[in-house]
Amino acid sequence: MEDFWAGVLWALRIWLYLIISLIMIPAMFGFSLGISETYMTILVKTLEWATLSIQKANAEEEKVNASASNGLIQREGGSMEKELEELRRSRPKPPEGGDFTLSDCFYFSRRGIESIVDDEVTQRFTSEELVSWNLLTRTNNDFQYISLKLTLVYGLGIFVRYCILAPLRITLACIGLTWLVIGTSAVGFLPNSRVKFWLSEWVHVMCYRICARGLSATIHYHNRENKPKKGGICVANHTSPIDIVILCNDGCYAMVGQVHGGLMGILQRAMVRSCPHVWFERSEMKDRHLVTKRLKDHVNDKTKLPILIFPEGTCINNTSVMMFKKGSFEIGATIYPVAIKYDPKFGDAFWNSSKYSMVSYLLRMMTSWALVCNVWYLPAMHQQEGEDAVHFANRVKSAIAHQGGLIDLQWDGGLKRAKVKDTFKEQQQKKYSSMVVGDDSSGNSD
Amino acid sequence: MGSRASTLLREEEIEEIKKETGFSHSQITRLYSRFTSLDKGENGTLSREDFQRIPELAINPLGDRIINAFFPEGEDQVNFKGFMRTLAHFRPIEDNEKNKNLPASEPLNSRTNKLLFAFRLYDLDRDNKISRDELLQVLEKVDVEQKMSIRFLH
Repeated sequence: MEDFWAGVLWALRIWLYLIISLIMIPAMFGFSLGISETYMTILVKTLEWATLSIQKANAEEEKVNASASNGLIQREGGSMEKELEELRRSRPKPPEGGDFTLSDCFYFSRRGIESIVDDEVTQRFTSEELVSWNLLTRTNNDFQYISLKLTLVYGLGIFVRYCILAPLRITLACIGLTWLVIGTSAVGFLPNSRVKFWLSEWVHVMCYRICARGLSATIHYHNRENKPKKGGICVANHTSPIDIVILCNDGCYAMVGQVHGGLMGILQRAMVRSCPHVWFERSEMKDRHLVTKRLKDHVNDKTKLPILIFPEGTCINNTSVMMFKKGSFEIGATIYPVAIKYDPKFGDAFWNSSKYSMVSYLLRMMTSWALVCNVWYLPAMHQQEGEDAVHFANRVKSAIAHQGGLIDLQWDGGLKRAKVKDTFKEQQQKKYSSMVVGDDSSGNSD
Repeated sequence: MGSRASTLLREEEIEEIKKETGFSHSQITRLYSRFTSLDKGENGTLSREDFQRIPELAINPLGDRIINAFFPEGEDQVNFKGFMRTLAHFRPIEDNEKNKNLPASEPLNSRTNKLLFAFRLYDLDRDNKISRDELLQVLEKVDVEQKMSIRFLH
């Protein structure tokens, strides 16, 4: 019995030494031994082969059509005015310009049913549907048995991911987080000086690199000359909490957020010891003036790190960018937009907070194939003369959406949990009633 | 998201719905995915709140009446069959269906049934008080087939 435990302990020691030497030390110092690259090459080849086999098998069944177009219906792109005019064209036009026909309801009922079948907003709060299966159980959507080889690879994939990769990644993540807490607390004891600043940056980046290895993350940074500088605000589209790890692998940022209890609270308190972050109490967050003032103070202090903000306010599934809240755009600082796009083939990075808790989300991330993403640093943007915050926010949003290949939506990400505001419904009603009453130039149609 | 959806829908049910509505197999499974994603309570039926969660429908002036069309008299929940039955009204009329000798009951997406759907949008208390003959005469001149159809992709 004792021999057994001695053996287990010995195996664990070897396991830890291997991890530290082969993964942690290279991660800490920013070079790579090429193990992850080999894994990624094998993975990419395997997935390509799987896609081809599935396509070949489906060619007879004409399922190729489904993969080409991911939507359920094809919409006619007509405006309300155009469609209603077409419906009314069989009747003579009344002289006043306004008209009502019973057939007007056709337009609204069709648009209503179209939105029930496929709408722009609710699909953004669930994971993206894949064009082709990527050999993960969780994305298995109506795919039938194709061939023995494919099933074997799928089974092997399950074994590799759950029994080899997951324990490895969990160990790395734990080491990374513990080191972050210890390291930042240690640096916090030093007096304020350039050495402290440099050390704090080094500790932060190092720990985030270990965490990134803990997710098998491959990150491609583009346009690094546009990296955010001190005294500015960095804005990015939000897909999950892992965005922070992705961005902090390449630079140091000051975080903004609510003070949490528990594990997050320990992390927050440790991080703030080594360099200033902006943590708010729950009650303070409601006071917009206080929030703006604290952010302004931080930004105006040129020695402090750039602030990282996600203006969408909630996690979106990385197919689109939703409305940016104007708060961060009113401060008057330089905005550095960043676009983050994950490759869904290797793993779904979206955190569906209503479906998964943080822990189960992290476990899902650690049992995916890998995490591949592209980060584009966009050139800095300033608020122009006479431009209001909402317009500025929309401008930045369009730039990010355009760079990342995401759809630019005007809808508010808060619709995940809240109902749509009545003002939008009234807008539609007004539009239609002006078509019924006719263009009243005297302005009495209200 | 939708990963187990198709396994909860049995083949016999798919066949029944296919016969009743005329949707293809893949259309039914994809619409079932949509049904389950709207069903936040995960109990196999949709309530009025589930529909109202769709922003584009909430701002539609006829939104409430369209939602009512899904629910049979006096009921608050609609299952997948009822969902498909209502959506079937909006299937385009295919040319080969026009000429075929139709089965005893008219298909759900016939011109008459499309008009009935639009009619019921006006008939709020469902007592057929509006004279149906007059209404249908008025709508006769309108291109019902095209305006009350949605192109469902395969």
